Amino acid sequence: MKAAIITFPGSNCDRDLAVAFEQAGAKVVRVWHKDTVLPAGTDVVGLPGGFSYGDYLRCGAIAARSPIGTAIAAHAKAGGYVLGICNGFQVLLEMGLLPGALLRNAGLKFLCKPVTLNVATTDSAFTSGYAQGAQIRIPIAHHDGNFTADAETVARLQGEGRVAFTYAENPNGSDGDIAGILSENRRVLGMMPHPERAMEAAHGSADGRALFAGLIGAFVPG
Amino acid sequence: MKMRVIVTLKPGVLDPQGEAVRHALGSLGFEGVNKVRQGKLIELDLAETDPARAEEQARAMCEKLLANTVIESYALEPLEG
Repeated sequence: MKAAIITFPGSNCDRDLAVAFEQAGAKVVRVWHKDTVLPAGTDVVGLPGGFSYGDYLRCGAIAARSPIGTAIAAHAKAGGYVLGICNGFQVLLEMGLLPGALLRNAGLKFLCKPVTLNVATTDSAFTSGYAQGAQIRIPIAHHDGNFTADAETVARLQGEGRVAFTYAENPNGSDGDIAGILSENRRVLGMMPHPERAMEAAHGSADGRALFAGLIGAFVPG
Repeated sequence: MKMRVIVTLKPGVLDPQGEAVRHALGSLGFEGVNKVRQGKLIELDLAETDPARAEEQARAMCEKLLANTVIESYALEPLEG
């Protein structure tokens, strides 16, 4: 399985994301934002956390329109997998590949701490490695993670089982306690918490491993 | 010609920053501030000289980049000079 990890100016979790994919057994290719095509045979695109383009205009707004953006959108539309974490989630929303938007945290503070998440669906490659209703510990690190969408969109996401993770205790004001959502075909996941920062005991939690393992499992023949 | 773009959060979208500013105004003794909504002001200097076409261009820029129409609305004002 080949994962393409995108680096934008200001990305700072790109290496961590690459290491997480490598540890899970993926072949990783690093891709620069000015590239216009993804490496041949890319199965998964990883959009890392950070502060792409200094968060100018809106978080993720400029990255979403960067040269590699068109190739990422085409990959998603063709049924390819995309994982966007933190700033990567903001980019996916700005690209319109997922619905809704992320506002400034309700408490206005930058939040950097481990949180407890509920696995809200196991019906996706990303969440298939968890037990339904499992609680996992994954860190958050964001200023703009307050997920918002109109009531109809939130109800649709919940009704279609497209909420991947919810916060056990809502830290940022997100509608429906939503921490991560899936696309209609369940192959694009955007989430604020950082599973790549919970890969081994030394990180304080290894609960992120199952996400990468599950995703890679989707590419094992048979 | 020059065009001013004003981007604001749509009504009903919570504005935690505006709310913090409202509290700060209250603590400075400014009473009777019922609500504060914070937005962005962007000035464009366009090569286009025809006002209608300039507005059309600015509108396209708002739809594609300057505003996130999921949560924001925008208004355009042509500027003199």
